Amino acid sequence: MPNPSHPAIAAGAHPFPHSHLIGLSSLKPWEMLFLLDEAEQWVELNRGRAKHDNRLSGLTQINAFFENSTRTLLSFEIAGKRLGADVVNLGVQGSSLKKGETLLDTALTLDAMHPDVIVIRHGSSGAVQLIAEKLRCPVLNAGDGRHEHPTQALLDALTIRRRKGRIAGLTVAICGDILHSRVARSNFQILASLGASVRVVAPPTLLPTNVEALGVEAFTDMDAGLKGADVVMMLRLQTERMDGAYVPSTREYFRFFGLTEARLRHAADDVLVMHPGPMNRGVEIDGAIADDLVRSAVSEQVEMGVAVRMACLDVLTRARRGVPDWPLLPVSGVGA
Amino acid sequence: MTPLVLKGARVIDPGSGFDGVATVVVRDRIIAEVNSDATAMVPPGAEIIDCAGLILSPGLIDAGVFRADPSACHVGGITRVVLMPDQQPPLDDPALIAFAKSVGKPDVWVHPLVAATQRLEGHELAEIGLGQAAGAVGVATGRSAIASSAVMHRLLSYSRAFDMTVVTHAEDAALTAGAVATEGDYATRLGLAAAPPFAEAIAIARDIRLAEATGARLHIRQVTTGEGLALVRAARARGVAVTAGVTPTHWLLNETAVADFRSFARLSPPLRTDEDRRAVVAGLADGTISVIASGHDPRTQEDKRLPFADAQPGMAGAETLLALALSLVRDDVLPLAAVLRAMTAAPAALFGLAGGSLSLGSPADLMVFDEHAPWRIDRDLFTGARNTPFDGLPVAGRVRMTIKGGELVWRG
Repeated sequence: MPNPSHPAIAAGAHPFPHSHLIGLSSLKPWEMLFLLDEAEQWVELNRGRAKHDNRLSGLTQINAFFENSTRTLLSFEIAGKRLGADVVNLGVQGSSLKKGETLLDTALTLDAMHPDVIVIRHGSSGAVQLIAEKLRCPVLNAGDGRHEHPTQALLDALTIRRRKGRIAGLTVAICGDILHSRVARSNFQILASLGASVRVVAPPTLLPTNVEALGVEAFTDMDAGLKGADVVMMLRLQTERMDGAYVPSTREYFRFFGLTEARLRHAADDVLVMHPGPMNRGVEIDGAIADDLVRSAVSEQVEMGVAVRMACLDVLTRARRGVPDWPLLPVSGVGA
Repeated sequence: MTPLVLKGARVIDPGSGFDGVATVVVRDRIIAEVNSDATAMVPPGAEIIDCAGLILSPGLIDAGVFRADPSACHVGGITRVVLMPDQQPPLDDPALIAFAKSVGKPDVWVHPLVAATQRLEGHELAEIGLGQAAGAVGVATGRSAIASSAVMHRLLSYSRAFDMTVVTHAEDAALTAGAVATEGDYATRLGLAAAPPFAEAIAIARDIRLAEATGARLHIRQVTTGEGLALVRAARARGVAVTAGVTPTHWLLNETAVADFRSFARLSPPLRTDEDRRAVVAGLADGTISVIASGHDPRTQEDKRLPFADAQPGMAGAETLLALALSLVRDDVLPLAAVLRAMTAAPAALFGLAGGSLSLGSPADLMVFDEHAPWRIDRDLFTGARNTPFDGLPVAGRVRMTIKGGELVWRG
C-alpha cells in the first residue's frame, strides 16, 4: 500500500503513474518511496520457507540482456519466478544482433511474442528508451550504457533505509569510476531526491566534467571525501581502465582510492560499506572490509535486489492484470 | 531553349551589391540582362514570369554536402553543391572525381573536393593535383581532422602549389575519439561519451599556424565554439588566409536538443552550450563566419534509428537551408544581402566557381523566393532523407522557383 502519510499521496497523487521504469530521473520522490515500501513485503517473503506468490501467474517476462550480466540477470529471473511469471532469458549470445539484425527489429520480434513485461540491459545510453518506444508492454531498464540502472539504485536505497532507518540527512560518499557508471547516476537521483547529501570521490580522470551540476559534491582526495560519511558506496573499476588509460596502475589506484581500514576511519563510526558487485578485492576495496558483517552490506544489497525487482515487476504489471485503481497508461512513447 | 524574362522581383546580387526591383533576362543559359528601368528587351518567344513581391538572387551554392540530392536541392533553391570526399569509395582518385563531377548535371552542378589523404585515412597524401585536373575545386580532410600535424603540414604546403583551398574539420582527433556529445551537464546526465569543447580550438590553433607557415588557404567548414571563433578572428586580423563556415544547427540549437537521446541531434561537431551558440551568432554578425552551408548529410533509418551513441552523425539540410538562414535577417544578425552572400558569392569565391553572381554572362543559376512565406518544417514532406532535428519548427521564407542553367527546374 502507498504510504498514506506522504502529502502527495494524501492529496490524491497516483503512487506510480508510469508504464515503464527507464530511469529514476523522471520519478517523483514519493514514487521512489512507494517502490521501496512495496519491496519490504518481498524481503519478508524471500526470507521465509515458501518463497512463492502467484500474482504474475500466466504472464510472460522476457529478460533481454544485450550486454553480459550474471548477477542482475539472475536477480531478475528469480524475482519473476517467485511471482509466478513465465520467465524467458535472451542473452547476447542468442541474440540475432549477432547476425546483423537491427536493435529495433529485435524489439519488434520480441513484441510480437506478446510478452507482459520486458527487462532490458544494453551497452548504449538511451537504448532501453529507444526499444521501449517500439514495445506494447512495460519495460524495465536493467542498465543502459552509462545512463541509468534504476533497480540498482532502488536496492541501494532500500539497503540504506533498512540499515540506517532513514535516508534523509545522511552523507553518502560514492567512490570510484563515476565517469562510466550508470549505478552512480541513478544513485545521485534517488539519494538526492530522498534528502541525502551525496559526495563523489574519484581521480579527476574518472569524474565527469561539472558533475556538481547533478547535485553532488566532488572530491579527489579520498580521506577528505570520506570524512564523516554515513555510507560509503564503492564502485567497480573495470580492469581495462586501469592500465594507463584512466589511472596508471592497479597498485597506484588502490594506494590512493582503495577502501582500506585506515581510510575508513575518516568516516562515521557506524559507517555502512556498500558495493554493487562484482568486487575487485585489493583494487577498490580491501577484502577484510567487504567481509565485515557489521559494516559491509554487500550481501544484503544482493538480497534487497531480488525484493526491489519483485516490487517493480508487480507494480509495472498491475494495469494489465486489472488491479483496481491501476489504469492502463499508453505504453507507446516513454511513460517512465 | 526558351528565353526567360523574370519581371517585377526585388533583385539582390550580393556579389555586386545590387539591390532593387529589376527585370532579369535569361538567354542561352546565361544572364543576358539585368535592367532596373523596365525597358528590358524581351527576346522573341520568351516566357515571361511575373515575380512581383518576390526576391530574385543567384541560386545557392551549398559549400560542403555529403550527398548531391537534386530534388532536395531544387526545393531548397540550391543550384550548385560542393561535394565532400566522404563517399563510398572516398574521392581520392581522379576517375572518382570526374564521375562525381558529372552525376548532378544538368539539374545540380556538383563540384567535388578531392580527399586530402588516401582513403581519407589521414596518412598518405592523395593525388591532389590530378584530382584538380579532373575537376576538384578544393581539398578536404573529410568528416574528421588529420591527426598528424606532420601530414597536415605537408598537405597545406602541397595544396598551396595548386592554389587549392583546404577544407578542414576542426576537432582534435584524439580528444574526440569515441565522443558523441560536448562535455557538460547534458552529456553527464545522459551518460554520453563526451569530448571537451576546446577540442575544436586546439585543432583550429594548429591548422591556422600551419596555414600561416605555408601560405595555404584554409577553410574551416564548421566553427562552433566561441574559443574557435576567437582564433579565426585574430588570424584573419593579421592577414592569414583562413575562412570559417557553419551550418544552421550550430546557431539555432544547443546541447539541450540531445535530451531524450534524439539521434537526429547527433551531429559532428556535436551541439554546444548556449554560450557557444551565441558566439556563433556573434561570429556571423561580425563576418568571422563568412560561409553558411547546409551540411546536407542524408541518413537512412538504419543509420539513425539507433541508440544515440551508435547512430551516425549528420542531418538532411538542403530543403531547409534558406528558411533557417533567413532567421538571421529576422533576428537582426545580418542584412539579407549578407546572408545571401554567405550562400552564393562567398563560397563561389572560395572555390573559384562561376555561379553565385548575377553579372552579365554568368550562368543563369537563379533562385526566386518569398522572404516571409510562413511554413512549418515537416520531415514527412521532404523529398529525400528525413533526418532533420528541426521537424515541426515554424519558419518563414520559401523558395518559389529554382532556375538552373536557364531552365526552370522547380516551382513551388
